Amino acid sequence: MRITRLAATFGALTMALAVAACGGGDDESGSSGGASGIVGKASSDKKLVIGVKADQPGLGLQTGSTYTGFDIEIGKIIAKGLGVEESGIEWKTTVSANREPYIQQGQVDLVVATYTINDERKKVVSFGGPYYIAGQDLLVPVDSTITGPESLAGKKVCSVSGSTPAKRIQTDYKDAQLQQFDSYSKCVTALAGGQVDAVTTDDIILAGYASQEQYAGKFKVVGKPFSEEPYGIGLKKDDSEGCKKINEILTAAASDGSYKKAWDDSLGKSGTAAPELDTTKLTNCA
Amino acid sequence: MDVFSDPYNVDVYVTGFLWILKLTAASTVGALVLGVLLSAMRVSPVPVLRGFGAAWVNVFRNTPLTLIIFFCYFGLFSTLGFSVSDEIDLNNYWLGVIGLSVYTAAFVCEAIRSGINTVPAGQAEAARAIGMSFRQTLTMIVLPQAGRAVIAPLGSIFIALSKNATIVGTIGLMESSNAMKELINANGDAVIPIFLVFAGTFAVVLIPAGYGFGWLANRLAVKR
Amino acid sequence: MSTDAVLYDHPGPRAKIRNVVLTVVFGVALLGLAYWIYARFDEKGQWAGPLWKPFTAASTWTDYILPGLGHTLGAAAVAMVLALTFGIVFAVGRLSDHWWVRLPAGAVVEFFRAVPLLLLMFFIFFGVPFITEQPMSIFWAVVLGLTLYNGSVLAEAFRAGIYAVPRGQSEAAYAIGMRKSQVMREILVPQAARSMLPVIVSQMVVLVKDTALGYIISYSELLQMGVNNVAANFGNVVQAAIVVAIIFILVNSSLTALAGWLERRTRRVGKAPRTAALVEAGDAV
Repeated sequence: MRITRLAATFGALTMALAVAACGGGDDESGSSGGASGIVGKASSDKKLVIGVKADQPGLGLQTGSTYTGFDIEIGKIIAKGLGVEESGIEWKTTVSANREPYIQQGQVDLVVATYTINDERKKVVSFGGPYYIAGQDLLVPVDSTITGPESLAGKKVCSVSGSTPAKRIQTDYKDAQLQQFDSYSKCVTALAGGQVDAVTTDDIILAGYASQEQYAGKFKVVGKPFSEEPYGIGLKKDDSEGCKKINEILTAAASDGSYKKAWDDSLGKSGTAAPELDTTKLTNCA
Repeated sequence: MDVFSDPYNVDVYVTGFLWILKLTAASTVGALVLGVLLSAMRVSPVPVLRGFGAAWVNVFRNTPLTLIIFFCYFGLFSTLGFSVSDEIDLNNYWLGVIGLSVYTAAFVCEAIRSGINTVPAGQAEAARAIGMSFRQTLTMIVLPQAGRAVIAPLGSIFIALSKNATIVGTIGLMESSNAMKELINANGDAVIPIFLVFAGTFAVVLIPAGYGFGWLANRLAVKR
Repeated sequence: MSTDAVLYDHPGPRAKIRNVVLTVVFGVALLGLAYWIYARFDEKGQWAGPLWKPFTAASTWTDYILPGLGHTLGAAAVAMVLALTFGIVFAVGRLSDHWWVRLPAGAVVEFFRAVPLLLLMFFIFFGVPFITEQPMSIFWAVVLGLTLYNGSVLAEAFRAGIYAVPRGQSEAAYAIGMRKSQVMREILVPQAARSMLPVIVSQMVVLVKDTALGYIISYSELLQMGVNNVAANFGNVVQAAIVVAIIFILVNSSLTALAGWLERRTRRVGKAPRTAALVEAGDAV
């Protein structure tokens, strides 16, 4: 009997720890997804949780307690199309690493966060869209001699560690030296200081940084994209009804001018004309 | 374990740990030298030196290493223009060594200072009585005895240092934590074997190292 | 040995002059260095108003820095409570008479002490969901990583603390017929815990600092919110990092001061056994 108590305490504590560990979701947002899918949830709850980036100027940027950017405007269009008022949208910060888990766990209903559609991700989530086709490009100082990825030999290029753009530099442009940080802000700071010669990621993200006040007139985007990154709207896998609905909303937005307005209100502020939304490229939602 | 039958992955793993090894080796030397200097300052008769040592310990011990490494890049390199090599990896390596050294030196300094406290006052008093100066008292009498007493804590500090070397990954060095991240990103189905290999490598080296330092500390302890 | 004036004689006239000279030389060198750093920062435009201005706006604090600090302290607080529990349980486990308790407890403690926290957190977030088939929230991944690592360190500290309780205490307890679990619970652990208070608080400092490692899985702690998010808005990475570093130093210095105060207090009471604080000093890195 001497050890029973001790063993019991020990066991109970281990279990408590395990439960605490698995209990997870300190902030689960009651969305069950499931059979009704996003369309059903939107019409019954009149609420949506949308995952967006918080640290990408022009796309998804948390300024104060509000979010601004092109992704945010797209999110508003989708919500409106699903019958949810702007006040019914809850924005939630996601980062590249947790977009899939957030969708799978139901912590968000939709993800509009510079989310490239690819086969790997299609295994775990569904995609509506694409609402924009980005491409990997280079951000360089205005007086730089770099004209494209082929002139990177011997140059120092910065990107976010573990990201697809970083990997592409490592495998396809081995002559370039790669500097990796955990955020593009740091890359852009290093570019401003002259420690790196270029920053690389999707052109649309680079444009956002280039148009930041402090860097006005200092940087340019080279403008020769060397990859294709179709940005999609992530939602729970197999919610094909929701996916179709999203594509319908996007098609409508392309013709009624709200897509152009979304662009003009965010990235278009720097003067770039709105791109054409190619509705023939929308996913088939299979 | 299929992941590690791919030579590329093995290469990533080996490179990762080589960086850790190199970071640990250079930073151990740096931290030890700096730490001894700082502890000497902290017990010196000159108030400015004492203040400087105390400030160093206070600042570096209370700042996350991630931030210190960050400042090495954006402060020391970016702004102050300190650069060792034109090669990114090599330069980041040395910036990492500097960051790890200044951070760890704060702990080394504190350990040595408490080691000095274990030396009986009579030792220093006797040294002074035969006319030794502060420097002589410290380097010939007190530090050699204190050194033996601090082997165990220094051991823990250097073991922690080798683990902290993973944090140099924040400025992009492909050390073991970034290596593990890369392998896991590329082999999502083999997360557990990958973790066990990386964690196991640390455990296999560091647990015996810990016992080794303990044994050494016992052997060299000043018997009083 | 108290270091004050034991290592050197009371300064005579020559020593006094030498000390003054050293003070002046070193002081001037320090000021020179400080000025050089200031000038270089100035040259690179790092003191420019627009880069610092955001920190005078209340919204920068209420939107980024304070929530980030809240997340940092929140994770640290929860992890501290769990780590203390973990530490006590495993310290007692390692002291068990039964090998089947002692060995696994020892293995767990040794393993988690040897694995870098960065790897551990990354694994808990990305690997554990494979085993449990349950998603892992970022918050709990950070807390769990901190708990396992710091709990293991504390377990070793407690073990040293329990060893340091004078033998007479447990002998007397056994003599009046207490069982081992009673001796542990009523006699040894309370005394050890009190004497280990300073160690516990310095481990708290480590915990607060280590939440910053949550960056690897993008936990929105002070570093993420205060540096990455602020800089995304204002393009002032270096300035944001300086502000965040100051906050960390302030928080941790107050914790260290608390540790010092507690140590003086326990020493004044005088009955708590003096433990091998030396041995533990190295663990709080």
